[in-house]
Amino acid sequence: MADATDRGPSLLSRLLSGYGMLGVLVLLAAFFSVATIQEQQPAGEAAARSLARQLEGTQLEGTTVIIIGRGGEEDARFADTLARRVRERTGKAPVVVTGEPAEARAVLARAAEQGVTRCVVATTQASAPVVRSILESLPQLAGAQVLTPASYRWPTFLLPENLRNVANQIAVIAILAVGMTMVIVTGGIDLSVGSLIALAAVVTASLIGRMGGEGAGAGAMVLGGAATLALCGGIGAFSGLMITRFKIPPFIATLAVMQVASGLAYIISEGRPVYKLPQSFVLLGRGADPVLGIPWAVLLMGVLYAAAHVLMSRTTLGRYIYAVGGNAEAARLAGVRVAAVLLFVYTASGALAGLGGVVMASQLRSGAPTYGLMYELYVIAAVVVGGTSLAGGEGTIPGTLVGAFIIAVIQNGMNLTHVESYSQKVILGLVILGAVLLDRLKQRGVRRRG
Amino acid sequence: MAGTGAPLLRLAGVRKEFPGVLAVREAALDVRAGEVHALVGENGAGKSTLIRIVTGAHEADGGTVELDGAPVRWSSPLAAAHAGIAAIYQELDLIPALSVRANLFLAREQARLGFIAAAEERRRAREALSRLGVDLDPGVRVGTLEVAQQQLVAIARALMEHPRLLVMDEPTAALASGEVERLFRVIRELRGQGIGVLLVSHRLDEVMAIADRVTVMRDGATLGTWPARDLTRERLVELMVGRPLDQEFPKVRATSGPEVLSVCNLSGGRVSDVSFSVRAGEVLGIAGLVGAGRTDLARLIFGADPPQRGQILLDGRPVVIRTPRDAIRHGICLLTEDRKAEGLVLGLSARDNFALPNLDRWSPWGWIRRRKELSAFERFVASLRIRLAGPGQPARDLSGGNQQKLLLARWLERDSRVLIFDEPTRGIDVGAKHEIYLLINELTARGKAVVMISSELPEVLGMSDRILVMHRGRVAGEIQEAAAATQEQVLEMAVG
Repeated sequence: MADATDRGPSLLSRLLSGYGMLGVLVLLAAFFSVATIQEQQPAGEAAARSLARQLEGTQLEGTTVIIIGRGGEEDARFADTLARRVRERTGKAPVVVTGEPAEARAVLARAAEQGVTRCVVATTQASAPVVRSILESLPQLAGAQVLTPASYRWPTFLLPENLRNVANQIAVIAILAVGMTMVIVTGGIDLSVGSLIALAAVVTASLIGRMGGEGAGAGAMVLGGAATLALCGGIGAFSGLMITRFKIPPFIATLAVMQVASGLAYIISEGRPVYKLPQSFVLLGRGADPVLGIPWAVLLMGVLYAAAHVLMSRTTLGRYIYAVGGNAEAARLAGVRVAAVLLFVYTASGALAGLGGVVMASQLRSGAPTYGLMYELYVIAAVVVGGTSLAGGEGTIPGTLVGAFIIAVIQNGMNLTHVESYSQKVILGLVILGAVLLDRLKQRGVRRRG
Repeated sequence: MAGTGAPLLRLAGVRKEFPGVLAVREAALDVRAGEVHALVGENGAGKSTLIRIVTGAHEADGGTVELDGAPVRWSSPLAAAHAGIAAIYQELDLIPALSVRANLFLAREQARLGFIAAAEERRRAREALSRLGVDLDPGVRVGTLEVAQQQLVAIARALMEHPRLLVMDEPTAALASGEVERLFRVIRELRGQGIGVLLVSHRLDEVMAIADRVTVMRDGATLGTWPARDLTRERLVELMVGRPLDQEFPKVRATSGPEVLSVCNLSGGRVSDVSFSVRAGEVLGIAGLVGAGRTDLARLIFGADPPQRGQILLDGRPVVIRTPRDAIRHGICLLTEDRKAEGLVLGLSARDNFALPNLDRWSPWGWIRRRKELSAFERFVASLRIRLAGPGQPARDLSGGNQQKLLLARWLERDSRVLIFDEPTRGIDVGAKHEIYLLINELTARGKAVVMISSELPEVLGMSDRILVMHRGRVAGEIQEAAAATQEQVLEMAVG
């Protein structure tokens, strides 16, 4: 455990040994950044800013400014922003059209009829070809100048919306990995989490369906989510009970629960997706905070990681989790309630899997028994890539976050570089193996020197 | 004297450094064919590191290692084994789930076309065991054997290779005296066959009894080699600690108070119908052969195993102890016999191990106050003179004596009223032993009740006020005046 009060190795070397995978993550991000450098077409506000800059060099006295965009939220933001900037400069509102090409044609034709000669048409890259072809059919406007936002070279991987996407897509796996880290640190394993995602999604969707369906209020959604969390926590506790009370190996106990939970999800949903969910339910999975634009699911994930890190490094319970994983008998003889500690980690893992299921239902606005298939393996991979030992007793929560992001970045990067999905599986598997291998080699180096 | 002529193994100017620790500064010694060569020194003197260099577990940073006059440098224990060097470490490297036979033949199975020749293996296993005078069924699982028997299996396994040099690290630590004698007979026989034996031991009586020559290590360097017959026990201790030791057992009698712990008709596991009591300020020694149920008794009192019958009273009032947690809360603590398996969480830091049963003392609402924890820890590091690189150093990396002190510190912080010590000085050097004896004095002076289980009779006699002797799970006798008793008296009761 990294610890501020420890003496001995320097901070840097401890960071490197504790979070060596962080380096791997940075390298992967750098690689995909270079591999995805492309001409980027600005859209929305960025496009408006680019055009406003171009208009600064143009004489606008006696010139009609026409802003053309397509329908949609992004183009509306583009048109609004640019119109405001033009009005601020000239004191005159420009002509704004957003919508179908026919509407643009109508506006341009009217301008031609009104005898406009000096004319600037500001539009997006996407709309420019249409605008140009309309202008060709209007000889009166032959002198019109068409301006489009300047394109620039930038890695697609590093676009803010892509980074948000990466974080949002890994949120579910990362949330589950918090519980899995605790379980694995105790020397156990929880195979049931993937099935619990499906069960949670189905149960939460069904509950909200019963409480009003598409017209359900916020109270019903919170109640449905909370009940789902409680149910999954209870199932986790059941696994924990089997493991502590009847000494069933964690692998077997959670394998059985995995089957049961998956079966229950199919029974409850009758094998079909449950759709009747209100539009506002997607806020958790797809919405973002209004200030920084960070998705709520990602913020939730961040809060969970911070809380779990504090729990593991600063509280007695955390210390006991490490002690039980390191030597359960020694911990018991030191007065640690080993069974209670194990019960806690499996309950936490179950409840967090439930939360992951609710988030996924929100992302997809439905609950289906097919959700979360094989997720337990991705979650275990994230934990192990993050430096947690399957033998128990060591591992960190921040390490797991890094592990989860390594997997997310690889998947996203391969999508961006158009690797097809079968090859993606092969590569992901090899990268997981390589990441862990690298860690082992590095540790062996440390041991040999130490 | 046996073993003359050219040395089999010769070390000169050997150096080994670990980050922050110079484990071996300068070591030189030679082992001749057909001699028993003992390596002694305090814990942390560098003995274990040095023999690990000989057996290929570590590589030396400097100096030369010669076998038959030719310099060698092996990178693995396997390479050393091929060169004819066999090792038996303190930690038993047997696989508990496998049978004795499977362990003996591990990685050198007698096989034809991949099929194990079981009958052949059984015959040779019996042979190897009977050479040690052990009557053991080779089909028994090692995990079901007692530690002493496991030790003998480990020795038998090392001998299967017909080594030219046998390295033994504390081979008698877990053995009772009868078994030690048997082992010594085997060692003498091996010596007669021209095998060199390099032996590390803390039991100086045994060193004097078996060794031809003795090399003393102190602070990472060898001081020199002496023929054993030129040394006395006192002189050896002086060489090891670098100063004369006043008294091996510095027993101070405390005024004993009222009975603190009483046990009535306790049964469970190997223990049947045991009753005794301990007073405040008293040391009750518990003697007996290995397997007499002494450890089981300690575990029953501590709540580590469920008792079947009987009663435990504290201050005359019956208490219910179902788990170690209950015992700790009632002020009873147990220093376990096996430090590594039942005491420490080896991967955790020294500080975390110290804190494990004490977290409630500085963790309101489960929140660890780390500054308080550290100051409590450092108080004990200073007062018990625990040597470590820092509070974050893993317990695994500490020497045996420092590990034991760490576990003691844990229970001292708890300020327990009844302290049960199971083999408190096993595998610990003279200096650390002495410190633990002084600590026991201090505890009784403060009115604590101490129960001390020990296989070393001089220790039981030297440090106890009263002695309880166990035989086959029962109390075979009690000696009221430990200071006036003799080893023979205790042994007589112990054998039943």
